[in-house]
Amino acid sequence: MSMEFMLIDNMPVEIAGEANILSLIRKAGIDLPTFCYYSELSVYGACRMCVVEDKWGEIHAACSTPPKAGMEVRTNTPRLRKYRKMILELLLSNHCRDCTTCEKNGKCKLQELAQRFGIKQVRFSNTSEESDMDTSSLCISRDKSKCILCGDCVRMCEEVQNVGAIDFAFRGSKMCVSTAFDEPIANTKCVGCGQCAAICPTGAIVVKNDTARLWKELSNKDTKVVVQIAPAVRVGIGKEFGLPEGENVMGRVVAALRRIGFDEVFDTSTAADLTVLEETGEFLGRLQKGGVFPLITSCCPAWIRYAELNYPELLENISTCRSPMQMFASVLKEHYKHSNRKVVSVAIMPCTAKKHEAAREEFQENGIPYVDYVITTQELIQMIREAGIVFSEIEPEAVDMPFGATSGAGVIFGVTGGVTEAVIRRVSDDKSVSALRAIAFTGVRGMQGVKETSIAYEGRQIKVAIVSGLKNADDLIRKMKKGEAHYDFIEVMACPGGCVCGAGQPFTNAEGKKLRGAGLYDADRMSNIKRSEENPVIMALYGGLLKGKTHKLLHVHYHRKA
Amino acid sequence: MFLNREDLKTAHAVYKKSLDAQRKKILVCAGTGCVAGGALDIYGELIRLIEASGAGCSVSLEKEPHDDSIGVKKSGCHGFCEMGPLVRIEPEGLLYIKVKPEDCAEIVEETILGGRVVDRLVYKKNGQTYPTQEEIPFYKKQTRLVLEHCGHIDATSIKEYLAFGGYQAFEKALFDMGADEVVKEIDESSLRGRGGGGYPAGRKWAQVKRQKCEQKYIVCNGDEGDPGAFMDRSIMEGDPHRMLEGMMIAGVACGASQGYIYVRAEYPLAVDRLETAIKEAREYGLLGENILGSGFNFDLKISKGAGAFVCGEGSALTASIEGKRGMPRVKPPRTVEQGLFGKPTVLNNVETFANVPLIIRKGAQWYKTMGPEKSPGTKAFALTGNIENTGLIEVPMGTPLREVIFDIGGGIRGGAGFKAVQIGGPSGGCLTKEHLDLPLDFDSLKKAGAMIGSGGLVVMDENTCMVEVARFFMNFTQNESCGKCVPCREGTKRMRAILEAIVSGQGTPEDIDMLLELADTVSSTALCGLGKTAPSPIVSTIKNFRKEYEAHVIDKKCPSKTCQKLKTIYIDEALCRGCSKCARLCPVGAISGKVKEPFAIAADKCIKCGACIESCAFKAIKED
Amino acid sequence: MQEIIDFKEIDAILERYRYESSSIIAILQDTQAKYRYLPKDVFPYLSEKLGISTAKIYSVATFYENFSLEPKGKYIIKICDGTACHVRKSIPILERLRKSLGLSESKETTDDLMFTVQTVSCLGACGLAPVLTVNEKVYAAMTPDKATELLAKLKEEN
Repeated sequence: MSMEFMLIDNMPVEIAGEANILSLIRKAGIDLPTFCYYSELSVYGACRMCVVEDKWGEIHAACSTPPKAGMEVRTNTPRLRKYRKMILELLLSNHCRDCTTCEKNGKCKLQELAQRFGIKQVRFSNTSEESDMDTSSLCISRDKSKCILCGDCVRMCEEVQNVGAIDFAFRGSKMCVSTAFDEPIANTKCVGCGQCAAICPTGAIVVKNDTARLWKELSNKDTKVVVQIAPAVRVGIGKEFGLPEGENVMGRVVAALRRIGFDEVFDTSTAADLTVLEETGEFLGRLQKGGVFPLITSCCPAWIRYAELNYPELLENISTCRSPMQMFASVLKEHYKHSNRKVVSVAIMPCTAKKHEAAREEFQENGIPYVDYVITTQELIQMIREAGIVFSEIEPEAVDMPFGATSGAGVIFGVTGGVTEAVIRRVSDDKSVSALRAIAFTGVRGMQGVKETSIAYEGRQIKVAIVSGLKNADDLIRKMKKGEAHYDFIEVMACPGGCVCGAGQPFTNAEGKKLRGAGLYDADRMSNIKRSEENPVIMALYGGLLKGKTHKLLHVHYHRKA
Repeated sequence: MFLNREDLKTAHAVYKKSLDAQRKKILVCAGTGCVAGGALDIYGELIRLIEASGAGCSVSLEKEPHDDSIGVKKSGCHGFCEMGPLVRIEPEGLLYIKVKPEDCAEIVEETILGGRVVDRLVYKKNGQTYPTQEEIPFYKKQTRLVLEHCGHIDATSIKEYLAFGGYQAFEKALFDMGADEVVKEIDESSLRGRGGGGYPAGRKWAQVKRQKCEQKYIVCNGDEGDPGAFMDRSIMEGDPHRMLEGMMIAGVACGASQGYIYVRAEYPLAVDRLETAIKEAREYGLLGENILGSGFNFDLKISKGAGAFVCGEGSALTASIEGKRGMPRVKPPRTVEQGLFGKPTVLNNVETFANVPLIIRKGAQWYKTMGPEKSPGTKAFALTGNIENTGLIEVPMGTPLREVIFDIGGGIRGGAGFKAVQIGGPSGGCLTKEHLDLPLDFDSLKKAGAMIGSGGLVVMDENTCMVEVARFFMNFTQNESCGKCVPCREGTKRMRAILEAIVSGQGTPEDIDMLLELADTVSSTALCGLGKTAPSPIVSTIKNFRKEYEAHVIDKKCPSKTCQKLKTIYIDEALCRGCSKCARLCPVGAISGKVKEPFAIAADKCIKCGACIESCAFKAIKED
Repeated sequence: MQEIIDFKEIDAILERYRYESSSIIAILQDTQAKYRYLPKDVFPYLSEKLGISTAKIYSVATFYENFSLEPKGKYIIKICDGTACHVRKSIPILERLRKSLGLSESKETTDDLMFTVQTVSCLGACGLAPVLTVNEKVYAAMTPDKATELLAKLKEEN
């Protein structure tokens, strides 16, 4: 087949199935500006920043123009620069300009483009509204006055997460992004996944910041502050400090946390191993005793919330295993119960929904939560910067004993399919290296939103589905309810791609997400212990602290709310 | 219920006979305008009086007509709304204007029974009387094709439409022509969409026909949102079956089995008439399954708008039918590929569909004998504003503007001079004296920086401030902007703010350049057609009336003395008696003076509220 | 004000449109015809029955001019401010009505829920300009004084 080309700024660029000329232009190495284009969302075409000029002087929005062989466009003409500047000026004239105190300062797309296009003056009077904050959610904060109406959050919430907690309201210059009747977001069906905040180009939706309270706790001499680090964090943080995207920097994170002032540092992967054993046990138990199928994973708090709000009848399908974070937190509380100092339990998570999970009444004792603070990767980055730690030069350190060992199976929890793979490793009779490798190729790996596989167990085939993104989960459930699909085991992660793509992580593109996943698989490969049941810490726990208490400390029953 | 072609043919003959049997026909205009003037009372009164007189009164066509009966009908809009309520009497063709219920007795007595004209009810102009409709200058120069039935048939009766040869074109398309030939005929007629852009209808139909897809849709755009336009409303109210027939023919041509009519909510009467028409067409077997035994299925649904001008845009309209916010989407895919519910869709406006039966019946060659080669046919216009004969007219494409305004429209109301005409509504532009000989067709108007739009002509006299007109339109566009794309949402807001500043005396000469810069950005980068054309009123008024803008921003004067804030209010010393009433009333204390001596207004304090002017018993306070 | 909703009536409306979510605009129109506005409590009910989020229904309801989330008056007076009516002085009529009823651009409805005054884009009755409508009945060639008379007449009806 002959190749087809388009001329972009006089450069011939090959058309290779791109859906729009924006992708082609970016492929040509030109960073065409946009606010509202993301390849994973539908094309909205509202910001008009990506306009290009054809050879007849016609203007096209690159995001919504399909490439055609022989087409010629220019991306940087005087006219286009004038239009882009005018659009930016128009946006800024209606936008809060207190950049220095904005949560998004330095990461704001509007700020970045205003700088890039040299906007030194806005020729219109400033008509931005007073700050209008909704702080009702534990996971995210919204400020309508910083919204540029690109609609990214709306499409994310609806198209990818099928939640639809927010949508546009009103029209014209009164248009805004709003919940129904402008209710506080916490009163809606919002699951706290935070994907809206992740994709928001400005400070209109940001992750709730709890660092100020934590700093106070850290400076308190009477407390012992212990911290656990989720698997996904180690591959999501390095890029912010100039290291390659997806590189496993766990050792540096541990060292940084110690310098910040944490007393004990642990790895949530350890608890993930507990989850594997408990969940496998539950699954096999249901197989033997004839329980409810499919068994659906319970690690993801946004998924739990989604199920509670939309499919309460599925709560009995959901595993009673607490999430690794909560398992670890209970173990730590138990471990330190005789400590002479007040123990404060902190979790560094790639996830905004964990903030809500930590506050759930199921995970409290006498009104005191098992996890006192959930800090996202982004907040940790801020703390490291604030502490003046030069992250790229810090020497890696190991986590503390007695929970110092992890398995590869626990580490891959942070990527879609990881939980499933870990469980398969556990149930698989063949413990050889080749069998282990074979599992990786059963279809559990990869960033696609829906994966299916089946495994042989004691003469029967167990059908497994792995979904990430709540829309994918919802579609699967509907299919199941209609009888069009049947599964024994389903892994659900709310964020597309799993926890490495969590909204608490720094924002990255599809390529970056892939690298983060690969980083976790690398960590697994380097790990001496591959299977959860081989983790000596776990064995020790079952023989000691957990003896007779596994149900109390590791399981939970979510109940239908009236 | 017609089961086959023969049934339809028979019905044509039966109802024609029944119609012919009516000795006299009284057509009471029941368009929105005349209904508001009491037309329904007149209709009721006429029936009552004729029945009382003992003459046979028939309100609907019967299969077995009584000879010698008198038909009383509710017709669609006659177009001459200024003179409503209107009553037409056939076969004489008399047109009675401004009729009141109390006139009915005389009409029945004199005209219907006595055969005499009631002189005081006929149209008079410049000392001349015009008893028959066809003589009246307003009608004389028109060519009514699409509107041929409006005012002449009972808009609520399928029987009358059949009696007038209705659904013959559909029959021909269905049985004699077939899809290919219909598309070819429409293509050859060069019929262009009457909704604004003037895209060739035949090309659109061919594109939809080509799509390999089970489900296709025919959608009629009846969201006539341009202020000052009511052509489509008049067709929907006055001749609904004609539009239905056009859509059905499109269904045959494109292989669609479902049609939607999107009507704006401001047209309740049109919705009513369309509902009746669809119901009757179903009852007669002209809509539904296996129509006339041909195997062709087609049905229609009405979708009522909920108040959004932007829904006149194709993709916003289909979004609205789908139950979404009426926000235009990016194209491609185009409506012909993925329109309503993602399926191939023919989207034309009311007038376009109303042209179709005529073309099918009389042929493309006949159609092309009217108007210029590239814009053949006729065009309906709504003539409004400062014009003598407000109303609905239809002329061949290419008719010069002068003829429309002065011959048909009767010139400027109140004797002032002609200044400009806004054509194409908020998306269009203004035409001035120098354009008076411009032929009204798609291409000539485009060249002049205006557009035919849906066909609203708002005439403005010398006392109109063009800056204020631009502000009015920009206010409209801003209120109706869907808010999706940045240039339209934010740009129109800024343009409106600048125009508001200019008309209130706060403008600067730089504002004019800023308006043009914003207009360029918005028209080049906005997402949809409405956004792209939103700055047109500004661009065209600056182009044609730049001096007027300059007077506002440099001299701080409104040449047409329209802008309140640019007026100078002063006290005529010769008339002022020094009563001090104005000084006491002035809200800002701008008036001072000694009692019994002439007072004066401090120009720097005056806010031009005009309170003093009204208060002065001696008319001593004047505006300039 | 808490509106008492008879959900059986809403069910009847939903039934009429066969619970199709694409008919949400028509469903809201019929609901509004019943209550003269869209009561808040209807939203979660429609959301559940139609399978669309309340935020989405709210987004549709606030997009279109004709929907009201506030109770409206018994008499809804709409003054046409299309071009033809505007050039024939429709604004003074609007001002007179607002002044006599103590209303403004932001306050459209009288406290006794008797009158709502709003502007409307072109009604297409340009030949009769300026026009206003009271609950869909068209009044032609209005003036501020005629508007005052009309108000008096409407008040008398009660």
